[in-house]
Amino acid sequence: MTEALRIGFIPLVDAAALIVAVDKGFCAAEGLDVTLVREVSWSNVRDKLNIGLFDAAHLLAPVAIASSLGLGHVKVPIVAPFNLGLNGNAITVSPALHADIMAELSGDRFDPMATALALARVVAARRKSGAEPLTFGMTFPFSTHNYQLRFWMAAGGVDPNEDVRLVVLPPPYMVESLANGHVDAFCVGAPWNSVAVDLGVGHILHFVADILVRAVEKVLAVRQDWSEKNRAVLAALIRAHERAAEFIELPQNRAEAARILSAPERIGVDPEVIQRTLDGRLKISPDGTMRESSRYLLVGRQGAARPDPVQAAWLYAQMVRWGQTAVSPEALMVAMAVFRPDLYDAALGREAKPSEATNGIGAFAGPTFDAHDIAGHLAAFKIGRQKP
Amino acid sequence: MGSETSPKIVIVDESPIRAAILEEGLREAGFTGVTHIREMHNLLARIYALDPDVILIDLENPSRDVLEQMFQVSRAVRRPIAMFVDQSDSASIQASVDAGVSAYIVDGLKKERIKPILDLCISRFNAFSNLQDQLDRARSALEDRKVIDRAKGILMKLKGLTEDEAYVLLRSTAMREKKKIGEIAQSILTASELLK
Repeated sequence: MTEALRIGFIPLVDAAALIVAVDKGFCAAEGLDVTLVREVSWSNVRDKLNIGLFDAAHLLAPVAIASSLGLGHVKVPIVAPFNLGLNGNAITVSPALHADIMAELSGDRFDPMATALALARVVAARRKSGAEPLTFGMTFPFSTHNYQLRFWMAAGGVDPNEDVRLVVLPPPYMVESLANGHVDAFCVGAPWNSVAVDLGVGHILHFVADILVRAVEKVLAVRQDWSEKNRAVLAALIRAHERAAEFIELPQNRAEAARILSAPERIGVDPEVIQRTLDGRLKISPDGTMRESSRYLLVGRQGAARPDPVQAAWLYAQMVRWGQTAVSPEALMVAMAVFRPDLYDAALGREAKPSEATNGIGAFAGPTFDAHDIAGHLAAFKIGRQKP
Repeated sequence: MGSETSPKIVIVDESPIRAAILEEGLREAGFTGVTHIREMHNLLARIYALDPDVILIDLENPSRDVLEQMFQVSRAVRRPIAMFVDQSDSASIQASVDAGVSAYIVDGLKKERIKPILDLCISRFNAFSNLQDQLDRARSALEDRKVIDRAKGILMKLKGLTEDEAYVLLRSTAMREKKKIGEIAQSILTASELLK
């Protein structure tokens, strides 16, 4: 028997496992007849998942948590049994801001503390000269992008709420906004950083793995009640995703994967650009400078697909740090329970592993993350907007 | 009319026709303070300047995510804004998503006041998409007629038929092959291109 499913996605490279699972036939092999629906906004994806127009969705990990907590929107419990993408974001800056940061830089240009301190000096100089504050684009209030940008600049002493402007921009508008000066920098997923570099309007300043060794950006999300009523279907969906992720991570398959993803009704971007992001070999400056990183955009490799509740706890801590919610032990439990390694293990017939990731976050600044003491952990950071 | 009777409404829509249809409907229903924003650049600043009670946005618009920023605590927001969702009334959420529109309201605005606006919005959005369907159908009918006229011309020339005879031939072929006349006409045009 085939099971018909509707799954929503945003055209980004970290929808790769989902798109390949469908278009390469891994879903069909599991008896799933999936219709992919391309969406234009995360709000649409969230709402259509919440009200049942979608059975599953490619979703921002923090949105899955916010939805389960009822933050910013209706409360609909969501579970995330499969990570679609880690470390695929990058921070891209305009050529002018890049020059300013490089002029102030002392230290390695890939060291996020060095660039954050340089940014703080640029911000101070601008304030002194009466220039407009710098504007940074990100994709959603509840997004890893938002938290990565904030974490980075705050470590250098820049208060993201006071010293710069942070604005939400839909990913397809990012490059244009950088080109026409509406933003000075942005944090966005692939392929948009590469598109900006190719057009000569931006420099990739950081891969986000410079800031956090491991950060979950997108998950496969389903409603909790749906997951309970459709255990077998969900397990089949997880297996199809696992096969797709394994397929994509084999270097010899990358060209084919990039071709599948580049289709106009999928991501609709040149396959060569997509392949660069899958290979983790990105052009970071318009002059052709390349940078390679084995930690850029993990789709399944290094155990990336298995949900880790510590990651959920870290994302929840950022919501607290930046005043999106007040700290509460109950809410922390709810947040951690969104990420479901048990469903992942059960679907693949694997033994449940004890939580192997102890410091799975690996932030470049501050103390080692402690999921059991969020308040204590956050007290170590000077800049933040915690609710009383 | 004071703001107590007519809330300030902003329509964010890149389609000028749909926005006009909606605006007209709202005015007819007595909502006089309606403004249409078409330009997405600096959307939040434009909205803050207008300080609306209700914001309506079409779901095809990627800038919907920009509006989500209004829920965040920020210096820029004078009045907190929430998305119009009534947890008890999932049918109305479903209807608005189906119609392709979403509403954001100033926190505290009474449900009784927003409901007629949203209902009107849903019906106007649906009316617009019906209109668009009709337009698409009319357009393709016109296209068909042009193709049929050209195919008739080819048949008249090649087979020495009158216009009526050419049409009868097209129609009977279509019936025999269980196809539309337009499709048969198109295949005649394609064949004659190939045989040129």
